[in-house]
Amino acid sequence: MSAALHAVSPPSAPVKSGPGLRLTLALFLTPVVLWLGLLIVLPHLDLLIMSFRMDPAFGDEGWSLENYHQFFAEPIYWLTFVRTAGYSVLVTLLTFVVSLPVAFYVTKVVERNTSRFLLTMLLLPFWVSELVRVYGWMILLRESGVLNHWLTALGITARPVEMLYNDATMIMGLVYTSMLFMVVPLVSVLESLDDSLIEAACDLGAGPWTIMRTIVVPHCMPGIVSGGIVVFMLTLGNYLTPNLMGGKNSLWFTEQIYNQFIASFNWNQGAAFGFLLLALSSCIIWLGLRLTGQKLSRVVQ
Amino acid sequence: MPTDISPVASSDASPIGSPSASADLSVTRLVKRFEKFTAVNDVSFEVEQGKFFSILGPSGCGKTTLLRMIAGFESPDSGVIAIRGRDMAGIAPNRRPVNLIFQHLALFPMMSVAENVAFGLKRRGMAGGEITRRVQDVLERVGLPGYGGKMPAQLSGGQKQRVAIARCLVLEPAVLLLDEPLGALDLKLREQMKVELKTLQAEVGTTFVYITHDQSEALVMSDHVAVMNAGRFEQVDTPRNLYRRPASAFVAGFVGETNVWSGTLEEATGDAGLVRTDEGTVFRARVPAGLAKGARVDMFIRPEAVLIDPDGASCATDGPPDGATGDGAGDGGDAPLPVRGACANRAQVQVQAILFDGAASRLLTHPEGSRREVMVALPQNRLYDHIKPGDRITVGWDDRAGICFAAGSGQ
Repeated sequence: MSAALHAVSPPSAPVKSGPGLRLTLALFLTPVVLWLGLLIVLPHLDLLIMSFRMDPAFGDEGWSLENYHQFFAEPIYWLTFVRTAGYSVLVTLLTFVVSLPVAFYVTKVVERNTSRFLLTMLLLPFWVSELVRVYGWMILLRESGVLNHWLTALGITARPVEMLYNDATMIMGLVYTSMLFMVVPLVSVLESLDDSLIEAACDLGAGPWTIMRTIVVPHCMPGIVSGGIVVFMLTLGNYLTPNLMGGKNSLWFTEQIYNQFIASFNWNQGAAFGFLLLALSSCIIWLGLRLTGQKLSRVVQ
Repeated sequence: MPTDISPVASSDASPIGSPSASADLSVTRLVKRFEKFTAVNDVSFEVEQGKFFSILGPSGCGKTTLLRMIAGFESPDSGVIAIRGRDMAGIAPNRRPVNLIFQHLALFPMMSVAENVAFGLKRRGMAGGEITRRVQDVLERVGLPGYGGKMPAQLSGGQKQRVAIARCLVLEPAVLLLDEPLGALDLKLREQMKVELKTLQAEVGTTFVYITHDQSEALVMSDHVAVMNAGRFEQVDTPRNLYRRPASAFVAGFVGETNVWSGTLEEATGDAGLVRTDEGTVFRARVPAGLAKGARVDMFIRPEAVLIDPDGASCATDGPPDGATGDGAGDGGDAPLPVRGACANRAQVQVQAILFDGAASRLLTHPEGSRREVMVALPQNRLYDHIKPGDRITVGWDDRAGICFAAGSGQ
């Protein structure tokens, strides 16, 4: 059959092979390789080397683990580090708890047209930069803000309350910022969930909670994990929201890195912190994958 | 021999609102509307304990809506659904003593076969050991012993089917509802599952309510079949009666294959009459009460009731003697098998094509001077091997094989 097809195929369409194919491959790969190599791999290698050297201001002393030692020696560093990790996990969990009902409502409860409209409404705020959105929250929440104005006007509070600059507000802000990255993968896995599975579970005697626990969540696991990874990484590496919405005590590890680079001009220390953060996020994601029994290759599909 | 017609299912005039004690499922004057469209329109029926009841209808006739109302996934606009005498109004699907087998089975892909089957028992808070025992029992009963550890994706279509049935049967429901579960299987497996379902139902004795658009599934498996059209039940009867004594033009056209001749009623006496077709031929046929002389009618005649060469001119062997038709005569108009020599109706037809299909082979013919298509069964007994397209042949059928309904009432 294929031989017959080959026989009648016109000679003007030769099968691509050898040098031609390799040239095309090279053409397509070059930008990617250049991008990865020059902008990501090289700087990171440089930073890695830097993290194992001392600040040149103290004279070049060759290789040293001093920068990493500093991190453990100074409690403010590792405490911030642990706090950041803990809060990032918390934000990821909260984001999931908030996003699952939203995604479920959008995909399974409302009609198709309404569902599209709602998805667009979810996406809309993300067309605006994060900075603007955080300032929006600040306008709402600050002492002289919109919310306080109404609370005092309605007599619920006697005088304005400062709602910004504490951990709770910061976490709310982080959940808000990263929610979309959880909702979108959840919507896509929920769309592939056959409604009749939910009905079958109900028919066999399961209540709403049991259906969520035994049918919906197990089905959504790949989406939950991929959304979780994205949200966790974004939160861990977020600088803007903790900086603007968190208070003096709401230190985020990215702020420590920033301070080392910009305030102390200690690039070597900053680089060490950066790699510690990278190691931390990798560890927690690995742990999360192990705990949920998911494979990274399946989740990133 | 089991009684053919149950007094409950076959009489439409049975007193409404008084479910009999032996009925597992009783549906009374059920109505469901979707905006302007009435999906289920005033449907009443009862299914006795342990019966296999089918609802047969074309797609969009409202049968799935009816089934979903019984399962509790839709609520009726009016009417009563009672299961074992208990009114189901306001009872959630997870609290009803019925289970539904979904069209695509809806096995939980993330759970093993055993977990799937155990799902309902776990929800009832049964002890683990008891669950394991019952799951094993039911898997054995459906012919899948030792399959508990497999995942649904590892099973064949027929095995999945059986797991879906086991998952419901293990809960010992009063009524098992089946929503065209054989639709997704290939033909061979479907034939096999038909028989399996029927035997399984007889074994476990659970009341089955089965919906399908496939008449063969309904006819083969059921004790009673309801033919549904446009939200209404056209006829509820045994498969045999549906086929032989359709109560409406729709049933005549939908159950089994049939030829339709339109014409005018020339004469009607009792339940017999003369029909003059539009081509001008006069045939004898059964005529239901209420059709007067001069009425426009459609005459339905099954291909297998039409005999080729009824006088046997070209055939050496003769059929049984005339007396053999006596069996059908006393049966209130039950169409007897066509018997050579007893056929009063005659028509000259021209063979257009031979539709060879093994035992179901047919001739596509046109009556002389007409473009009407008439299907004639072509028995594969070597008697008719000489027939070629283009031949003119005589066909004939018994007086009682044709049945008339008012013209256009089948739509």
